[in-house]
Amino acid sequence: MNIIVCIKQVPETTEVRINPETNTLMREGVKSIINPFDMYAIEEGVRIKEKSGGKVTVLTMGPPQAETALREALSLGADEAILLSDRAFAGSDTWATSYTLACAIRKIKDYDLIVCGKQASDGDTAQVGPGIATHLDIPQVTYVKKIEEIKDKTVRVERMTEEGYEIIESGLPVLFTVVKEINSPRMPALRGLMRAKSAKIIHWTHKDLEANAENLGLGGSPTQVVKIFTPLPRPSGEMLEGDVEVIARKLADILNKEI
Amino acid sequence: MPIQVIVEKCTGCTMCVKVCPFDAIRIMDKKAVINLDKCNLCGACEPACKFKAIFLEKPEASIRKQDIGQYRGVWVFAEQKRGKVQPVVYELLGKARELAASLGTEVSAVLLGERLEEEVQELIWRGADKVYVAERLELANYQDEPYTNVIVELINKYKPEIFLCPASSVGRSLISRVAIKIKAGLTADCTELAIDKDKKILLSTRPAFGGNIMATIVSPDYRPQMATVRHKVFPESLTDMKRKGKIIRESFDGRLLNSRTRLLDIVDEIEQTVNLSEADIIVAGGRGLRAPENFRLIEGLARSLGGAVGASRAAVDSGWMAYSHQVGQTGKTVCPKIYIACGISGQIQHLVGMQSSKVIIAINSDPYAPIFKVANYGIVGDCLEILPVLTKNLREVLRK
Amino acid sequence: MDYLLTEEQKMIRDLCRQIAREKIAPVAAEYDKTEKFPHGIIKLIAESDLFAVFVPAEYGGTGGGVLDLCIATEELSCACGGIAVCYAASALGTFPIVLFGTEEQKKKYLPDLAKGKTIAAFGITEPEAGSDASAIKTTAVKKGDHYILNGTKHFITNGGEAGVYTVIAMTDRTKGARGASAFIVEKGTPGFTFGKKEEKMGIRASITSELIFTDCKIPKENLIAREGMGFIVTMKTFDMSRPGVAAQALGIAQGALELAVKYSRERKQFGKPISGFQGIQWMLADMATKVEASRALVYAVARMLDSGNTGVAKESAMAKLFASDTAMQVSTDAVQILGGYGYMRDYPAEKYMRDAKITQIYEGTNQIQRNIIALQLIKEMAKL
Repeated sequence: MNIIVCIKQVPETTEVRINPETNTLMREGVKSIINPFDMYAIEEGVRIKEKSGGKVTVLTMGPPQAETALREALSLGADEAILLSDRAFAGSDTWATSYTLACAIRKIKDYDLIVCGKQASDGDTAQVGPGIATHLDIPQVTYVKKIEEIKDKTVRVERMTEEGYEIIESGLPVLFTVVKEINSPRMPALRGLMRAKSAKIIHWTHKDLEANAENLGLGGSPTQVVKIFTPLPRPSGEMLEGDVEVIARKLADILNKEI
Repeated sequence: MPIQVIVEKCTGCTMCVKVCPFDAIRIMDKKAVINLDKCNLCGACEPACKFKAIFLEKPEASIRKQDIGQYRGVWVFAEQKRGKVQPVVYELLGKARELAASLGTEVSAVLLGERLEEEVQELIWRGADKVYVAERLELANYQDEPYTNVIVELINKYKPEIFLCPASSVGRSLISRVAIKIKAGLTADCTELAIDKDKKILLSTRPAFGGNIMATIVSPDYRPQMATVRHKVFPESLTDMKRKGKIIRESFDGRLLNSRTRLLDIVDEIEQTVNLSEADIIVAGGRGLRAPENFRLIEGLARSLGGAVGASRAAVDSGWMAYSHQVGQTGKTVCPKIYIACGISGQIQHLVGMQSSKVIIAINSDPYAPIFKVANYGIVGDCLEILPVLTKNLREVLRK
Repeated sequence: MDYLLTEEQKMIRDLCRQIAREKIAPVAAEYDKTEKFPHGIIKLIAESDLFAVFVPAEYGGTGGGVLDLCIATEELSCACGGIAVCYAASALGTFPIVLFGTEEQKKKYLPDLAKGKTIAAFGITEPEAGSDASAIKTTAVKKGDHYILNGTKHFITNGGEAGVYTVIAMTDRTKGARGASAFIVEKGTPGFTFGKKEEKMGIRASITSELIFTDCKIPKENLIAREGMGFIVTMKTFDMSRPGVAAQALGIAQGALELAVKYSRERKQFGKPISGFQGIQWMLADMATKVEASRALVYAVARMLDSGNTGVAKESAMAKLFASDTAMQVSTDAVQILGGYGYMRDYPAEKYMRDAKITQIYEGTNQIQRNIIALQLIKEMAKL
């Protein structure tokens, strides 16, 4: 079973703060982490490999410093890591990003399963996973919460829905996007960290991919950002004071009014 | 060089530095310098520069649709489950009517499924001028490939200029595939949709970076312009039983219905209370409740308000509540009319999941808890004392 | 302070810090309350290769040294001194094999211990032999290819949970301390049972129990080194492990310090955070200075040992003495800074204080440490 896990390096949102004076984003010193949802994808990929053999390749597109994210994935049990980094990829929206990742996966060629996190915590679009599957023309199952069985080129999984879940069977290759419920990611091990530190990361640019340049980067992206602004902060609220009875009565009145 | 600072024009005023969400611009020797390794070409700096000193090269789209003018009308994907159109669809129809009015065009709903007669009528009453209906047994339940194929077929045939879709587990999976296949611009989870009066294009505004910034996104050169919207962001359109509309029944090649995945079963899990994303009122509990059994206070209040029960990640990770109740970044994003946070400190990961609620009430013993920054009403105190009294008072008030 | 750690040591530090914060801190109070052995956490520590750091590379370890062990113990202790001691006590039980074991013994036991498949324990203390190791009553009598063990060890950390025990027993009582020998005893050996499980003041996540030997027959291959070497094995083992106890104390002190600083910034009285009051600031400054001084001493001793320096009895004793006295003071001050909350079980301050106390007592009370230091000091002076 050859598994490809697609990951993204994102800013740790807990540390993204708004400068109250200029009302702008303060990214100074913000740590970069692996998108939290991708941690479940890595873990699931590694678990499948541990059970049924094969290897796990992690793939990311990003600036050169995204190598850190790949090394972390290697320390968690991935076997190979590929970084797609090129000025030509800059400005990619979800269309161009999934196109570029799909081109890289085509180059990897030998794969049975692609696992992605359900969405990235910085963009929250949930579009890149299905986008990759569509570019590759393979089936997908989104919001996978459990892999029930993998048997001879078919898999049966549970897909989370608003009301519960669906049981879906698919042939291979297939792309999954996974939710938090699927596993609890392991801690890295010391040996893994040591191995990851010295591991070789494969770097690909657009020249390494058989990609149509018209589909890459800003030019290949159907969407454009025209404006970025900070939302108006919520007006400061009212603090209710007094003893428990008084507060409870005030609150009951407020609720009664709002309902 | 896709982005450049025109040095002669730059005054080093730092406006661009402040708006850059990627921390890619520095002022060196009183001129802006862009670090291309960090720059994402997002374009935020260009309009921010009062001196027009930033030049962002926007490549001509070579596969630009020559026939953009042929694309007319606003479409809404009428998601149905078990034969019932989902309420979010009526919210989208309301917004679609506004957009169509600014463009002087009509609104269509597209409904895939099986035996949907009554639903078709309801879509018209709720604002659709036309309803495209594809009824086949294979379309009874959502499946990625048949749904994608049929929608792509209809878009290519009828060429809508705008296509709106619920940001649900179905909608997000479907529309991402459709957008790739027809190469269209798609903006997820929009909180505002409007029409640029001059260019007659869709302006889609959405939060990014966990709601810390808002971005307005356009797709001027591709059609349809696609967007998804979460449930409860827009108000539902009202039913007008006098409205008339056209029903267009579609037939198509059966090969479009082939699927490489097979839906074996649909399992609905019985929730203690209503579905979180549907709920108008959510009462949520966190670690401040101190013990799992105290969640019954939350449930009690939720019951008397007819609301749903939510939980912070801390409460879920401690095993006090099931993951399906988790609100926040790794749980559900909710947008109820009233959100009552009890004993939840309000870590940013929680806030991003609930801060768009209309009214937020927070009860926490720590007066400096971040939850109070987003709360409309705050109470510093112990939930275990306040909740029982509140529930009792509320029952009395509601009885009147 | 930059301690010029190697890349690997930094990895150990960061990994242990992550485990401590994410996995141990949330459950520390629960284990403290229930006094149950933390199987889940020990498994996690094993899966993270941390039991490998004190085992040579040729036997499945990562080949780290005493400093690596100290760094791991310190970081784990920051979150829970009890859980950290389960880990450190396994190192203590493993060292006799690493230092004096035969090739066969090393091959047999070390790979599994490095993987954390099983953990180790060290058994010397007896009801009547604490600081005075020569008073040991447990006997080992050679009979053909076997030794027969009889006697009782008590206060044994990891007792009952460990799979491998290194036990000191008398092979020749007439020779006093020179009649002691060290043996490896596996859990499950007939005649080897566990007695009373102690209820403790602190480090309650660790198990402390009696080892009872009743005509327990072990193969003669399980003798470590030679007969009569038991006391040497013990002393050399303690030389290696004493910085570990110091590191445990250091971690407890660091945890208490961090808690006190954090709390003083959040707690407001008279309209401002109490960290704004000089009385609190001076306390915090003294606490932090002592913690840093402990760290400098502990790391320096660990480095001496790792460089092959064996004459470190005095320095090792100093590190243990100073770090454990610091842990006691700093954790007591932390309770003071937290005030009423510090005294309540809902907050971790009082646990740090209870956990700290044992570090002044075990592996040689601080009075014994002072004896060692003074003796060495006077000896050195006499040589001049």
